[in-house]
Amino acid sequence: MATSLYDASEARNAIWVFLEQEGGDLQRVSLELLSKGRELADEVGWKLAGLLFGDRVRSLAEQAFAYGADEVWLAEHPLLQNFTVEAYTSAAFQAIMEGKPSVFLCGATVNGRDLAGRLAVKLRTGLTADCTHLRMREGGILVGEVTGFGGGVLALIETPQHRPQMATVRPGVFPLKPLDTSSTGVIREVSVTIDASQVQTRVVEKVVGRGADITRSPVLVIGGRGIQGRFDLLRQLAQLLGGEVGATRPPVDSGLIERERQVGQTGVVCRPKVAIVCGASGAFQFTVGIQHADTIIAINTDPEAPIFETADYGVVGDALQIVPALIESLDSSRVLVTSTGGGS
Amino acid sequence: MPAAGEPHLVVCVKVVPKPEEVRVDPQTRRLDRAGARSEINPPDMNAVEFALQIKDHLGGRVSILSMGPPFFEPYLRLCLAMGADHVYLLSDRLFGGADTLATTYTLSRAIRRLEPVDLVLCGEESSDGATGQVPPGLAEWLGYQQITMVNDIEVDMSRGVARGRRERQGGYEVLEVPLPAVISVKTGGNEPRFWDYRLKPWAFAPERVTVWSAADMDVEPEFIGLAGSPTQVVGLEQAPSRERKRIMLSGSPQEIAQQLAARLREALPLVP
Repeated sequence: MATSLYDASEARNAIWVFLEQEGGDLQRVSLELLSKGRELADEVGWKLAGLLFGDRVRSLAEQAFAYGADEVWLAEHPLLQNFTVEAYTSAAFQAIMEGKPSVFLCGATVNGRDLAGRLAVKLRTGLTADCTHLRMREGGILVGEVTGFGGGVLALIETPQHRPQMATVRPGVFPLKPLDTSSTGVIREVSVTIDASQVQTRVVEKVVGRGADITRSPVLVIGGRGIQGRFDLLRQLAQLLGGEVGATRPPVDSGLIERERQVGQTGVVCRPKVAIVCGASGAFQFTVGIQHADTIIAINTDPEAPIFETADYGVVGDALQIVPALIESLDSSRVLVTSTGGGS
Repeated sequence: MPAAGEPHLVVCVKVVPKPEEVRVDPQTRRLDRAGARSEINPPDMNAVEFALQIKDHLGGRVSILSMGPPFFEPYLRLCLAMGADHVYLLSDRLFGGADTLATTYTLSRAIRRLEPVDLVLCGEESSDGATGQVPPGLAEWLGYQQITMVNDIEVDMSRGVARGRRERQGGYEVLEVPLPAVISVKTGGNEPRFWDYRLKPWAFAPERVTVWSAADMDVEPEFIGLAGSPTQVVGLEQAPSRERKRIMLSGSPQEIAQQLAARLREALPLVP
């Protein structure tokens, strides 16, 4: 069997988390991974470290310490200011070969996937992508749980001999631990050699929208094919409930709603208090994105739709009739509460 | 070989069981694919379509590359009937059990053999494994540039570059890389064409498919198949569905609305 560039006997007892920053802000998924990483590190008595790249981003290390990191390995370089797969892969490779962590975790963002996929090959090691659970077992082995076949099958995956043991996790899978601003840690500077000629990707055009982040919303009102594009109705309901609108894949593919609102295997995984699912049949690929919801309400005209199997409350009916009635019901009771309050 | 100045496009295609038809056998804890029909991994169809569109504009040659058992062959031939030129199927028991590292290594060795190659196109991820890590892994083994998750591609052979547009957080970006490059394609980035029934006899001629075994390829045995795979599947089970109440509500829309409003007030203390 081919070996990784360093093996278990050379690896240090440390869990590293890639701290992804964009425009000087740490991505929430990196903090989620620190929260989980702290838990894993404590199970085995290891160190938790963050790997931070950028240009003048040292101050972000404090945030990593607050979420449980013992150390932040920091490389600052003008070529690391913005993510490019060439510069980041090269820098991460150099840092990992210096620190030799046993575990390396990375958010399964667009950039995180690009980085992890290349790094795993460069290091000749194993990568478990899109883990839904992580734990450490005896011998310092990371066990990653992944879903396959659209969420219908769970597999437990280990990388027993190669190091680092790499895993990616999508945003929203692990909850954030309360931050502890009093905790401190050590910054370790890593000197990396990157040459401008290595970076061949050119950004021709970039339009940044006010991207909705529905993973943080306590309420999601989700529309499928069956709502016939009436996201305006869903939006009204979401606003009343202090939530956001989400969608299954078909309306997103049809351009009826922004892609960042897509829930499910190829969209985002959410953990809202309530998910109201309107006009969606309930394919695995979708329900994997709301399986962590506290309460699921499903509205669908088809009594046989599989979505009712995964719902707490089901309504066989047309969402385009039920939703307006629900808006009215919630809205009128609000008026009532206000007027009573005002009169007494 | 494509004519000078015309691109050689390689599309990596996988045949997968339809996800909704796969079950885990509760006794053996193995995947039961017997009852499941197969299909070409949906985003791979979008990758094939992009390659054919590039060929429509620029000419060139589209090679379909796949690793898997012989039963993949008829599925891959449908890509020929859509307009691709040749199929290369890497088929050997020694390739079995490959994880991402071994898969990308084996595919990259085949692509080396097919060089000169300008562009390697892949679907964003496979519906069975869904790791999305094959495209960057391929790029690393080959030393090619990469753009992932695009929904539009432009190739400029005179400048030797490819551009890919991809969606990012409510906006989008257009990236340009020098060729050769690996580009992965989002599902639904285009509408794959139907295969042309007139091309079917041509597509099903034996000489359209080249099958390579490990012995036919320049591969290191320690990097292929199970031996070349650092990851191990140590457990497999049907995903447990969380216990839900499954209470059905009925009545007029207004009555249902009132019941739902009551449930929402229970679940969300702040609801009016």
